[in-house]
Amino acid sequence: MMMVLAVFLPLIGAAVAGFFGRFLGDKGAQFVTCAAMGLSAVLAIPVFVDVALQHHAQTVTLFTWIDSGDLMVKWALKFDTLTAVMVLTVSLVSFMVHVYSVGYMHHDPSIPRFMAYLSLFTFFMLMLVTSDNLVQLFFGWEGVGVASYLLIGFWYERPSANAAAIKAFLVNRVGDFGFALGIFGVYVLFGTVHLDTIFAAAAGKANATLLFLGWELPAMTTLCLLLFIGAMGKSAQLGLHTWLPDAMEGPTPVSALIHAATMVTAGVFMVARLSPLFEQSETALMVVTIVGATTALFAATVGCVQNDIKRVIAYSTCSQLGYMFFACGVSAYSAGIFHLMTHAFFKALLFLGAGSVIHAMSDEQDIRRMGGIWKHVKVTWILMWIGNLALAGVPFFAGYFSKDLILEAAYGANSLVGQYSFWVGSLVAFLTAFYSWRLLILTFHGKPRADDHVMAHVHESPPVMIVPLIVLAIGAIFSGAVAYEMFVGHDREAFWGTAILVLKAHDSVEAAHHVPQWVKLLPVVAAVAGIVMAYIFYMLATGLPKAMATAFRPFYLFFLNKWYFDELYDFLFVRPAFWLGRGLWKGGDGAVIDGCGPDGIAAITRDVARRFGRMQTGFVYHYAFAMIVGAAVFVTWYMFNRVG
Amino acid sequence: MSLAMSDLTLALPELFLAGAAMLLLMLGVFRKEDSARVVLVLALLVLTVTLVLAYGVTPKTGRATSFGGLFLVDDFTRFAKVLVLVATAFTLAISRTWMEKEEIARFEYPVLVLFATLGMLMMISANDLMALYLGLETQSLALYVMAAYHRDNARSTESGLKYFVLGALASGLLLYGASLVYGFVGATNFETIAKALASHHAPQGLIIGLAFLVAGLAFKVAAVPFHMWTPDVYEGAPTPVTAFFAIGPKIAAFALLVRVLTGPFGPMVEAWQQLVVFLAAASMIVGAFAAIGQTNIKRLMAYSSIGHAGYALVGLAVGNREGISGLLLYLAIYLAMNLGTFGIILAMRVKGRAVEGISDLAGLARTSPMMALMLAVFMFSMAGIPPLAGFFGKLYVFLAAVNAGHIILALIGVLSSAVAAYYYLRIVKVMYFDEPAEALDRPIGPTLAVVLAGSLVFIVFFFLVPSPLVGGAEHAASVLFH
Repeated sequence: MMMVLAVFLPLIGAAVAGFFGRFLGDKGAQFVTCAAMGLSAVLAIPVFVDVALQHHAQTVTLFTWIDSGDLMVKWALKFDTLTAVMVLTVSLVSFMVHVYSVGYMHHDPSIPRFMAYLSLFTFFMLMLVTSDNLVQLFFGWEGVGVASYLLIGFWYERPSANAAAIKAFLVNRVGDFGFALGIFGVYVLFGTVHLDTIFAAAAGKANATLLFLGWELPAMTTLCLLLFIGAMGKSAQLGLHTWLPDAMEGPTPVSALIHAATMVTAGVFMVARLSPLFEQSETALMVVTIVGATTALFAATVGCVQNDIKRVIAYSTCSQLGYMFFACGVSAYSAGIFHLMTHAFFKALLFLGAGSVIHAMSDEQDIRRMGGIWKHVKVTWILMWIGNLALAGVPFFAGYFSKDLILEAAYGANSLVGQYSFWVGSLVAFLTAFYSWRLLILTFHGKPRADDHVMAHVHESPPVMIVPLIVLAIGAIFSGAVAYEMFVGHDREAFWGTAILVLKAHDSVEAAHHVPQWVKLLPVVAAVAGIVMAYIFYMLATGLPKAMATAFRPFYLFFLNKWYFDELYDFLFVRPAFWLGRGLWKGGDGAVIDGCGPDGIAAITRDVARRFGRMQTGFVYHYAFAMIVGAAVFVTWYMFNRVG
Repeated sequence: MSLAMSDLTLALPELFLAGAAMLLLMLGVFRKEDSARVVLVLALLVLTVTLVLAYGVTPKTGRATSFGGLFLVDDFTRFAKVLVLVATAFTLAISRTWMEKEEIARFEYPVLVLFATLGMLMMISANDLMALYLGLETQSLALYVMAAYHRDNARSTESGLKYFVLGALASGLLLYGASLVYGFVGATNFETIAKALASHHAPQGLIIGLAFLVAGLAFKVAAVPFHMWTPDVYEGAPTPVTAFFAIGPKIAAFALLVRVLTGPFGPMVEAWQQLVVFLAAASMIVGAFAAIGQTNIKRLMAYSSIGHAGYALVGLAVGNREGISGLLLYLAIYLAMNLGTFGIILAMRVKGRAVEGISDLAGLARTSPMMALMLAVFMFSMAGIPPLAGFFGKLYVFLAAVNAGHIILALIGVLSSAVAAYYYLRIVKVMYFDEPAEALDRPIGPTLAVVLAGSLVFIVFFFLVPSPLVGGAEHAASVLFH
């Protein structure tokens, strides 16, 4: 009952605020959604204790959804450790974002709509993580996609927001297509979409093949790659990442909740959830590792040169998701989920902190026009420092534990891709620290670069925004240390139970604890080096960045333009699609169908009507002439058509 | 030729009507003031009595001739006469208020209506080319005068003159055709002609005569290309006269056309069918398209009546029992729709002045919702929207055409009624969605209200009890094909 309530309370909140927001008013809608969300978060704690700590994994079946021939799908909530972690993280962060939104959105004219969307998103996310079959998972998957679309385009008067919302939706469609194919494939191979049944049968199908258009494909690899395409779309991995930076058009709380802490991690969750499948395919794991590591590098390089405070954090998110994926790729699923959890705290903290800065700076988002405001917004400043320390992986903050373990596991995996991801990951750790401090220094330190008018208005955010930040900051500081032993330490086997399957040969988390000392130290050294370098660049030798940019102009432009992915896609897909669409619209529909159809017929009708009207001259002799002609035609007709 | 008593009995309605009309003429002449209203009321009474007589006169054998075969009575003539008399009575009744308000209410008008009606009844009962011409001219002469009845009005006199000139031309065509027929067959009696054609091969000259005959009659039903007089005359004539023109004479002319083509020329059905198909198709198309550009509602109704003539002609073009019964039903429904619509047009007055523009109806739904609703129903019915009566009228003729294999004709009919729907529905749009123009005067008077309500009830509820009318039409059509 508690579990069901935890999942469905946000839906109730969303429905009430969405349908009756007009009667409830802004305050009422905020109260209803926050209360429902808060209750859900509170309930998540005993659920977590029961399921994860006392190992009472269970499935709550609600009712049958589809019962058609061999296909049997039920609405059911599967609670194991993985789910419990996700539910706790999602509901807690979501609750904090709900509360924060009360303050952040207080100027907005459509507050009930916003709160309803937030709660609706949370419901879908909870549905996604608690699903016990692939179809329900897909339901939640698409649901969060819809909510994301609605929230990115929340300020629908802005063309850029609409464009970003559509972009997010379309790019995700590509991923979802792969995901859907993956689900179909799983059904073909296993004859069911029920997760536990699939997992039980997975080992036996390791060498199975799928016949597709005469090709014999290795079943497990094909399915895992298809499913991974879905994960790539949702989690903005290299190739399908282009929507995430644009999604920052949405209000900042949305960026924090959906595009940093929860929804974008759904891909990681999915891979971890399907670990029994991925474990059966070396190829798939390799692809996951390479994609993850490369994404981490790509996003970090781009993040170093962006100037929009939210975009920097967005690329950072993309990069951190890359970490989580290559963790999964080297079979360190628990490390991936661990990082997912810590990341949820510090990244939500960073986004909300950025929101607080934007709020203070009169909606300015460009860090080149900030600086020197730390004295005016001390609390936000401290909280942002905490968030960045955690992100950079400075020892004893949350990020330190999870990121270090991922890198160690990558090293410990003792494979070529493992080595690749380890070295790339270490480089990324350096870059992460660099862009984090670049962000911090440019935003808070140095001389003010904003105009006097803005500076005069710089103010600390109200408590309703600060308190959630503090809660998240606590998470960002302690969650790593507290959860380390359970997630990836000695208690991990008991903690995860059957939720995650790792083959003995793949146990990189175990190997992570036995790597050489220098491997353990390298990430920290990299992080500190990054911080120092950022300090030199932006505090001491402030001319250096410009000199560097000029010296390495091609690299600088390459990074600044995000590796030209948008331009490439624009050229490859967007333009041809527009061209085709416009051609079919103007040429096909407009000219041919409308022209020959409604418009053409109407024009002919008008023309004929005018001609007939003109014939009616009003002169009797014309009329008489017409009659004579008529009679003459009659007679002539019979001259040539002899009848009878 | 001896006159037997039975001859007179068969023609009793006509005799009564002729006598009464002349009496009323005398009454009007000798009674100085206030004669208009008295004569009108008496004329209505006369029409009612004639209706009863026309309905009551039934020959024992179902079919009888008199006056030496010139005059014919059967169930077809009964049906047509009842329709004509009903139409005449109602159009006369609703004319009174309008005439009085325009200050042209004089006793001559009802008398002219009676004489025109007499002509129509004679047309319907004609069984000889001579009788046909006699009836046609009796009717037409009265109509010419009526068109120019508003003699101080230039448009009215112009329309009367146009109608007269063109009508004379049409009569000429008709007479020429009749003389050709007489020349090649040697008879003017319908039955004799039919017998002659059934046994002999029709000579070419006879077919040409037939073509002229059809041309002359097509003028009377305003079928394309003999329709050109209609818009000008309908627009120019006083509105009650237009209403009268649009219904009674049209029904009578149709009855005559049906009689001539299925009677004496029945054996030549393949020959005349081609002409009628052309007339029907052309009328439907012109009626649909030409009305689109009109701004005057009377002119619009003229094109509408051309189109409706086309639909009715589809029934004749089919040339069998089913087609003719569809035509008769169509005429009955046409009567109700036009009576209602002209009732509304008669009520279109702003500050005591009669208006005729479609734009004058703008926003009628807000200024007088009941009137707008009624006109909307009439328009929907004219456009052929189910379940209104107009839909069934079209349904039966198109069904007959399809059953007889005239698919193309039915298709033209359906498509042109789709085009015609545009201008019917435009009136609805103007009434319901345009900014209100000046409100129309109210009240509209009890007579008009009753007639409007009657038409409305007929149109809306026809589909509930269609059998009396459908059965009557079928029966009337059946006597033509024995």
